[in-house]
Amino acid sequence: MTQWTYVIMAYGLGIAGTAGLIGYCWFALKRAEARLDALKRK
Amino acid sequence: MHGFANPTRFLSIARPLTPAFMVSGLIMVAIALFLGVFNAPADRLMGETVRILYIHVPAAWLGMAGWTSIAIASLVELVWRHPLAGIAARASAVPGAFFCALCLATGSIWARPTWGTWWVWDGRLTSMLVLFFLYLGYIALADASQKDAAAGRGGTSRVAAIFGLVGAVNVPIINRSVVWWNSLHQPASISIGKSAIDPAFLWPLGMAVIGFSLIFGAIVLMRMRTLLADIRIEARMRRLAAA
Repeated sequence: MTQWTYVIMAYGLGIAGTAGLIGYCWFALKRAEARLDALKRK
Repeated sequence: MHGFANPTRFLSIARPLTPAFMVSGLIMVAIALFLGVFNAPADRLMGETVRILYIHVPAAWLGMAGWTSIAIASLVELVWRHPLAGIAARASAVPGAFFCALCLATGSIWARPTWGTWWVWDGRLTSMLVLFFLYLGYIALADASQKDAAAGRGGTSRVAAIFGLVGAVNVPIINRSVVWWNSLHQPASISIGKSAIDPAFLWPLGMAVIGFSLIFGAIVLMRMRTLLADIRIEARMRRLAAA
């Protein structure tokens, strides 16, 4: 493997992981807020 | 400080701050990584692999900063009984664990071409791995105590807060590990007021650290808002069940 392969592996992991974490937290927040709004309307 | 104890007041501040932190953080990280990959020079000894620095160092910083946040919030929860402190501590755990894992993974990737091995059981790497396990333990404990409290079984977040406080002993151990024990890992290149890193590497690194910290802040705010919404849902469900 060349040095760039290791760089791409690290960047891929960092960018994909961070994007995944942001997405997971964002959808969890939206789901919780939607549930709360639905309960408020009851 | 107790002025922010009111969740409604906290939410009115957190709602506009979340996208502000996230957008500014993403822009800073994008610029920093672009400069790190395309503008910064290769290192004399490490060659192109030095570019892993711009992911690995912010991840290491946030892995340790995440637990420091848990410890400070746990102390505030235990001593001053600030109602949002426990939520702040729990909200810091998942992003802290993620960045700790990212630090270990990128460190391992960086170690292979520079040290010739993916892993060594030295002080720095082992203490960082211990921190990751502490995060997993804290997440499980905080989750279990929250469920016990919700089920009326008397569980409180105090156990998790004590664990968060005691676990903070590992943070200075990680920091000093390269001084106390022989290690393949290099000693600290940056200390208060001085740096051994060339400005060509230092500027993108500083931007990456600030940018990832802003993203971390936005994630903590999102998780705090989620936990607050979950608590309100729980309270409302109980009221509906009692009615």
